[in-house]
Amino acid sequence: MWLRTGGYSLSPKEAKMPDSHYWRKPFDSDKVKPSEGTVYIIKDRCKGCGFCVEFCPRGVLVLSTEFNKKGYHPPEVVHPEKCVNCDLCERICPEFAIYCLNQEEIIELVP
Amino acid sequence: MVVESPAREATPPVEHPKSLLLRMDRMPHIWCSRCGIGIAVGCFAAAMDKIGLSPDDIIVTSGIGCTGRVAGYVKVDSFHTTHGRAIPFAVGMSLARPDLKHVVFSGDGDLISIGGNHFIHGARRNQNLLVICVNNFIYAMTGGQLAPTTPLTARATTAPYGSFERPFNLPALAMSAGASYVARWTSLHIRRLTDSLTEALNRDGFRFVEILAPCSTIYARRNKLGTGLDLMKYYYENSVIDHEAGLEDLDIGFQSKIVVGKFRDEERPSFTMSMQDHLGKILGKKYTPAVTGKDNNPQTGGKA
Amino acid sequence: MHADPKGVLTGTHYFDGDHAAAEGACAAGCRFFAGYPITPSTEVAERVALRFPMIGGQFIQMEDELASIAAVLGAAWGGLKSMTVTSGPGFSLMMENIGLGVMMEVPCVVVDVQRGGPSTGLPTLPGQADIMQARWGSHGDYEIIALSPNSPQECFDLVIEAFNLSERWRVPVFVMMDECIGHMTEKVVIPPAEEIDIVTRRYTDKPPEEYLPYVPGEDLVPDIAPVGEGYRFHTTGLTHDERGYPVMTADCQEVCVHRLIEKINQNADKIFHLEKTNIDDADIVVVSYGISSRVAIPAVERARGEGLKVGELRLVTVWPFPEELIRELAGQVKAFVVPEINYGQMVHEVERCAGGKAVTKLVPHGGGWVHDPEKIYQAIKEVAK
Repeated sequence: MWLRTGGYSLSPKEAKMPDSHYWRKPFDSDKVKPSEGTVYIIKDRCKGCGFCVEFCPRGVLVLSTEFNKKGYHPPEVVHPEKCVNCDLCERICPEFAIYCLNQEEIIELVP
Repeated sequence: MVVESPAREATPPVEHPKSLLLRMDRMPHIWCSRCGIGIAVGCFAAAMDKIGLSPDDIIVTSGIGCTGRVAGYVKVDSFHTTHGRAIPFAVGMSLARPDLKHVVFSGDGDLISIGGNHFIHGARRNQNLLVICVNNFIYAMTGGQLAPTTPLTARATTAPYGSFERPFNLPALAMSAGASYVARWTSLHIRRLTDSLTEALNRDGFRFVEILAPCSTIYARRNKLGTGLDLMKYYYENSVIDHEAGLEDLDIGFQSKIVVGKFRDEERPSFTMSMQDHLGKILGKKYTPAVTGKDNNPQTGGKA
Repeated sequence: MHADPKGVLTGTHYFDGDHAAAEGACAAGCRFFAGYPITPSTEVAERVALRFPMIGGQFIQMEDELASIAAVLGAAWGGLKSMTVTSGPGFSLMMENIGLGVMMEVPCVVVDVQRGGPSTGLPTLPGQADIMQARWGSHGDYEIIALSPNSPQECFDLVIEAFNLSERWRVPVFVMMDECIGHMTEKVVIPPAEEIDIVTRRYTDKPPEEYLPYVPGEDLVPDIAPVGEGYRFHTTGLTHDERGYPVMTADCQEVCVHRLIEKINQNADKIFHLEKTNIDDADIVVVSYGISSRVAIPAVERARGEGLKVGELRLVTVWPFPEELIRELAGQVKAFVVPEINYGQMVHEVERCAGGKAVTKLVPHGGGWVHDPEKIYQAIKEVAK
């Protein structure tokens, strides 16, 4: 039974565990940190397809209960700390309504 | 400037990263909610970005249909031509401007049914085109008629009791016609698809990439398969990557296993190269290499 | 500007119409040809296949006529003067994309070497029954330009004129030859390149940020942009606005399509190419085009010899049709005699414009040969009464 908040790459058991738990600890886990991303949603362009919610490998998104201008439910971020800037949501969104940026990209792009 | 990770989503400070390659003045696009064409366009934009080619050096031609509307949304010189004739149109343009990259972006009905003859001859001659065929198994734009790719028993408005026709196997068709690069991915395989398109953009010759895309409003709904999201989940459960698959294994039945992958990647001389080599050899000094639109020769139609 | 000397086979030659047309294309600067073999036009393609590799042109035999015309449109957008040739059945196949050429305003030339029709008809014998099809063959409202040569020399000259007209007015132009002219061998004089004037499409001088693909100039012709130079324009066969984006409303249709029609109609005076002989005091005018105009000559001369005031109007441009001229003449003459190798096509235009003020007499011929001049003479005599 998959969790509603995506998690196709997490089993129900794994999804419940905190990130600091590894079943096999990498030797450089104290030196190398997973990347971090910030999700940006262009709400009024979303058509509520749910692809990003379904396939986000980190379970960052859910479908919100609010309506956008067109009457669709856009996604919303429930686990911002889990985003690793993998860009899957950006690539899988058919509407170009969601993307994520890491710190460097934000500094570079945000005015 | 450091931005703290917000508790909820952030208000977008900038436009979408691919916006420079898209006609943002025409967004939102016309494709339905849960349609997969937008994903194909997004992956194409990502591939364009990756190879670092200027959008000024790419020309996109499409035909008629839902996927045919792609030409109207990519910010390059783009041509929305007649049903089935995108490939010969692009052939003419690629011979006039061999210095540019020519992409044909169209649907299964447009490219393979009415455009079938042009498809096989374009492949036969190894014309220098990247043909991206978004396959949603139906003629969606016009309401859901039978397509040459509609799986057996699936319903369409012109097959109200289900299709009893054997559909085409597109990679097999492309390969037997002589395409030099043949790949099939689904809309779900976003990264491999982007890699495939990046690879294909850098090749010469007739390159064919089939993208299976969910059609939510028509194919899924009329065949009681749920929505496009359910079709994406079906791709997840049932697609298998097998680059060595035999041609027969690439058939797609109704909700059956789907074999995806890159099935052929060969370097073969393109039509233009063969033409130049052969004529140069036979005519020797008398051969005059072809004038192109880039030569800025007004006597032959170019800009001074 | 002058023609590119590389493509001009200056000298006095003995060519048939098809070969002369091919030479006309070379001289006009055509460097892209896509075609499909169909009798009696095949010789044009064959000569082009022979000549183009030596003058920097590209010849490709496409898989069918639909592909041929599509490739011609694509190459024209790519910045090359492009041409295809065909006959009746192939002409029918090309119709949809001819509409695309009109809608996108693509300069290109389509040569139709007419043969007996309909359907497979008489592949190796003349006809003139595609004339209305050139005007009305594609669906929807539009206007085109069509020329009708009556000799191999004219096949050479009019192909050049066709290219010039298509580039000037950004419209597909048709050269309506027929099998008789196409396979007739006569003297063709090809002048030196400096004496051949050619025209090329008007490119925009606006930078990409300011350019819109379908903003018409004062002559109702929009400036074209080169592809691959940063303009990143979009164009479509759908009804579109000046940005080239599809706008499917009645208002946009009025702006978009009406201009395509007015572009030719309002500029018709600059397009007409007519040959008038003894019109001023004529009682009877023989209106003809193509091979029929030559067949009419002995009939007209015989009638004149008998004292009848017969004039000749040869339509070198068949479309647009010289409506004003016919209306004017109808007030002056007693009758028009229209010999054509069909059962009545241009005669309807003549009759329409004559408005009942003059009699219009058709001299038909089903195709398969040319008229017997006797029949044309008899028709003249009949209306003279």
